[in-house]
Parts: sequence; structure tokens; C-alpha cells
Amino acid sequence: MPTKTVFKTEIEYVSILDEHGQYDPKLGDGLVPDEDLIRLYEHMTACRHLDEVAFKLQRSGRMGTYPQNMGQEATSLGAAYALEKTDWMVPCYRENAGLFWRGMPMEMVLLHWMGDERGNAIPRELFCTPLAIPIGTQMLHAAGLAWAAKYRDEKRIACTFFGDGATSEGDFHEAMNFSANLDLPVVFLCQNNFWAISVPGRIQCSAPTLAQRGLAYGMDCIQCDGNDLFAVVKVVREAARRAREENRPTFIEAVTYRLGDHTTADDARRYRDQAEVDLWKARDPLIRLRGFMKEKGLWNDSKEAELQEKAEREVAEAVQRAEGIETPPSTDVFDHTFAELDPQLTLQRATRRTTSIGQSPDAAAPAPAVDGH
Amino acid sequence: MANLTLVQAINLALVQEMERDDRVVVLGEDVGPNGGVFRVTEGLHKRFGGHRVIDTPLAESGIIGTSVGLAMAGLRPIPEIQFEGFLGPAYDQICSHAARMRTRTRGAFTVPLTVRVPVGGGIHAPELHSDSPEAIYAHQPGLKVVMPASPYDAKGLLLSAIRDPDPVIFFEPKRIYRAFREEVPEDEYTIPIGKARMVCEGEELTMVSWGASVVQCMQAIEKSGRSIELIDLRTIYPFDMEMVAASVRKTGRAVVVHEAPKTCGFGAEIASRIMEECFLHLEAPVQRVAGFDTIMPYYKLELEYLPDAERIGLAVDEALAY
Repeated sequence: MPTKTVFKTEIEYVSILDEHGQYDPKLGDGLVPDEDLIRLYEHMTACRHLDEVAFKLQRSGRMGTYPQNMGQEATSLGAAYALEKTDWMVPCYRENAGLFWRGMPMEMVLLHWMGDERGNAIPRELFCTPLAIPIGTQMLHAAGLAWAAKYRDEKRIACTFFGDGATSEGDFHEAMNFSANLDLPVVFLCQNNFWAISVPGRIQCSAPTLAQRGLAYGMDCIQCDGNDLFAVVKVVREAARRAREENRPTFIEAVTYRLGDHTTADDARRYRDQAEVDLWKARDPLIRLRGFMKEKGLWNDSKEAELQEKAEREVAEAVQRAEGIETPPSTDVFDHTFAELDPQLTLQRATRRTTSIGQSPDAAAPAPAVDGH
Repeated sequence: MANLTLVQAINLALVQEMERDDRVVVLGEDVGPNGGVFRVTEGLHKRFGGHRVIDTPLAESGIIGTSVGLAMAGLRPIPEIQFEGFLGPAYDQICSHAARMRTRTRGAFTVPLTVRVPVGGGIHAPELHSDSPEAIYAHQPGLKVVMPASPYDAKGLLLSAIRDPDPVIFFEPKRIYRAFREEVPEDEYTIPIGKARMVCEGEELTMVSWGASVVQCMQAIEKSGRSIELIDLRTIYPFDMEMVAASVRKTGRAVVVHEAPKTCGFGAEIASRIMEECFLHLEAPVQRVAGFDTIMPYYKLELEYLPDAERIGLAVDEALAY
């Protein structure tokens, strides 16, 4: 018997506003109204400014380890913009721009990185899950959240964000497989920033694109320029439509770059060339969008100066609010372990001790309870 | 009232809770038309349909991870992991997410999820089908761990687990899935998590056990002819220290029996707590009859490994000799 081809496909790459400022009106016009474009640019700028301030806070001992978002703002924000406000956003930890667009207070993100769980106490109406620290595990939660929405016929979808490194995790593959086979309305948005801390992309994947990983699961997949806000909006909007109307997941590879270190605990100069970083600095999504807006007459230097001032103020106020939140009472260590504390936890909470309290012949009664502090 | 096996009692609890609460969904490998490899979910697929009783892809982490998402959205998922030996791949989702979600979000998100898992040895099963990992999950803050030892308790405890606002690992001792029958009311009843069962009262010694080992304890007590108080813990975390302590203060002696390996088994926790809270009442060191600190053997030798009436009897003799 002669052999035959049983499956053949190709991966599409979407770019609308490229790094040279070339714009494709056929694809781009009508995607984002001008007034939204300005607001999106304002968000990106505030997010960038927060990165700089957070870095300094960490260096001066006012905040713990912090992962900068620099360079990836267009992917995060474009996706958040393309989703409905009541769709689940299931992020990892480099999604500030998108979360702020959704309405997450900046001080909550700061609070989280200042070592306070209350930064994760996200209001339900924001439909954002807390930052996920282990790599790749949150995609399964996105599948479950989307599944619950489908079960209740809510027309709500889930969009989950992760990096190139996460595509090596087993949970990623299980989430893709579950979503495709159980027809779950999920958008998988991979921010391929080329580096998983110091490990380059080629060690995560030998195929020419990450996007094609979706093919193995029988789902639509596409690659786009992740530093091109328009391209991200377009592909996420289409993926969200497919999820909402057809209960079909999509895998999107947004090609972007982490301009900063992995976190403030990392020094990327140890493993990557400055030339590569410089190349990507020229592809900065903020520079690109600003150039486009200027050309369109939507932006000028005085507006830019005004915005910088506003962003500075906004971030400074958020820092002040976050730093003004008092350390919780030490009882908080216990209070959220269960809805209702069991006797052993109640005793530990009341006494701050784990010894055989009050069992000696001289101390028949348990030690007296101490206050919250 | 019907005379049911443990499998039938669990099935009845699932049916009744699914009738009562449409947030309850059952998911896992083979739980659909096949009714589960132990037939615990038999008839559910036909009765409630494929949208509530879902055969998933074969991936344990995926089953628990999606259940975490379902629960975060407010459903009451009941995932089944086919055997305790396959909990390993789901450990990360259970311990890094389900157990921590309430704490790390300060209650903004919770995970009301009940993971059903057949547990323990004694059924001539292949490798990794006979382990007893309850202490591993009892050690993880944020999880409740339940293990019934009778059909009546299985139904009442499962209803409590499903309705609990926090994640529960519900271990089902497969050795007694069909070993005996018991009257199980049709009517709804719950057994609170954290409360032990006094199986029989006695004056000379307290025996604490859970799961299938309770049966071996009863045999040992009968053989010994001594006045022994047997406590079936029913819940491993949080466990009913009040009942254990009251009993040990009365008898002055304790033997703890479990299938899991001795070192860091949950018996170690119980022995410590007895020492902390009943020190002046103790007449003898607390004895532990447990699995050995070995890999669970294949089934030719599994009865050499599992505590039986004879080994339990020896421990009773040792405790009473002081």
C-alpha cells in the first residue's frame, strides 16, 4: 500500500502593527476605537512605571521579590481588553497590565509582593484568580472554571496566561487535553518570552513554534506578535468567540520578550546577550503604540509628559496605600485554614503554643488565651 | 432501611446528594457508564446524565486540577482517583492548590471538593493498589481526611464531606467494600467530620484504629477475652482526641492499629497526643501495630504486612503486661 498524508496543517502568524510602525489597516481598523487606544496606552504606561517603582522598593528593602512585567504589557493588556469583564482571567504572575485593566487595585498587587495574603483576596466580581506561583498548574483551574460556566450555561469563558516554560509542565498538557476533549470554553494564552529564568526556549520545545502544540490536542492554534496590541486583541477576540459560541478552546502563542530580569532575585546578564535585549528594546510595545498614536494625531509630547506625571502619581499613591495597610494580627495565621477551626487549631491559635499545655499536675487548666498581637 | 455493603452505602449517598444539590458533579476515570472500577458510581451516569457524571481523560492531576477550578466557581465536584497509589500525580493540585486556596486568598476563594479514593490492602491487587497514604494528607494543613469503616458511617460521612466548605480526602477502605452488610437508613443523616465512633466499651485498654483495620481489631478483642475499648477514628484529620483521651484516662493503656507504615504513620501523632494529654494516667507505653516501614509487598505476602488479630493480640498482651 502506498503511504498517504493523513494530517497536514500550518501555523498562522498575525501581525498588524509591526516593530517598524508598519500598520495593516485591513486587519487593524475597527479593532480598537481611538479613545480605548489612549486608555490602553495609559494603562501600559502606569504598569511600566509600577515596574520601575517596585524594583526600587525591593532594592531598598520595602518589598520582597518582585517579577517585572516590562516588555510583555501588550499581550496581557490586549487579552484583557478582548475579553468580557465577566470572563475568568487565570494569570500566572506577570499579568499586571491585564489585571489593572480588569479593575484590580494596584495596591493589591503590591500587597501580594509585600508578603501579605490579603493581596490575593480578589473581589469575586473581578473574575480574576490569584497569581499562581507554581508553573503551569493554573491552566487546569481555568479549565475547571470554564467547565463550571458551561455547566451553568453562563456563556462565560476562561482565559489563562502562562509562559513558554509552562508548556513543558504536565499540567499544561492535561489542561489542553481536558479542554479539547470535554469541549471547554478556554483560551490558552502563552506568553513566549523566550526565557524560563535562564533556560532558553529551545530546551522547552524542539518544534519551530510553541503554537503547534495545540495541534496535538485537536484545537485551533495560532501565533501572533505579542508586542503588537492590535494582533493580540484580534486573536484573543476570535479565540474568545470560538470558546463562547462553540465551546472550543484555542491555543495562542504570543511572541514577546521579558525585558527585565525574571524577578528582582535574578540577574539576566548572567545568561543572555545584551545584543538580544537591545533588539527587543527596539520592539517595545509602548514605543510602538506611542508612535502609532502620534502618527494618527492622537498623541503628542505634552500629552506624554502629562501622562508620565499622572502615572507617577498613581503609582506613588498605590504604594502609599499598600504600605499604609497594617500588618494583620497574628491570629490571621490560623483564621483561614478552614471555614471553622478544629479544636487543635483553636488551641494553637489561643495559646500560640504547640506543647502539652496545662497537662502537668501543677497546671491543670489550659494556659490563658493571648490577644491577636 | 436497607441492608447495604459499604459500596452500596456510598452509592446511595451520591445518588441522594446529587438529587438534592445540582452543584454536585462526579468526575474521574471510568466513573461514567462503567460505574467505576469498584462500581461505586454504578447507575449514576444513567440517572443524572453525562454532564453530571463525567468520564475524564486519564490524568489524575487533570482530574483534581479541573475539580479545583469547578469548586472555585462554586460547584461541589466529587472526583474519583481510582486507587490511592495513583494519588501521586495529583499531589501538587491537592496540596499546592486545594489545601491552600482559602488561606492564600484569605477566604476570597474556597475549594469545597471531595476526593474519593479507594485505599488500603488485602484485596489481592497489583502493585500500587494497596497503600495507605492517609498520614501524608493529614500532614497537609487545609485538608480534612476521612476514612469510614462501616456502611452506615460511609453514607453519613460522605454527605458531611460533600457539604463541607473545605477540601476533604475521602478514603474508602476497599478491603471492606463488600465484606459485610449493615442497616443503612434511606433517610438523610450526616456524621460530623472529626467525631470518632465508640465501637465497644472496655475497662482495661483503649484500642484506636480506622478503616479496614477496625475489623481486625474486633477479631483481636474477641480472641483476647479482655475488656477493651475500641475507638474507630472515622476522621484522621481533624481527629477526635477528646474521645481518645477520655478513654485512655479511664483505661491507662492504648494500642493504635493502622495499615500504613509505622514511622510517621498517623499512629505516631496519636501516641504523641496521648503522651501529652494523658501522661499521668498511662500505665504502659502506647503500642503501635502498623504496616512495616517497607514498600507494601505484592499480594502473596500482603497478609504478612497488614496488622492482623494475632499481631494486635500480642500488642495487647505487651501493653497489659506493664
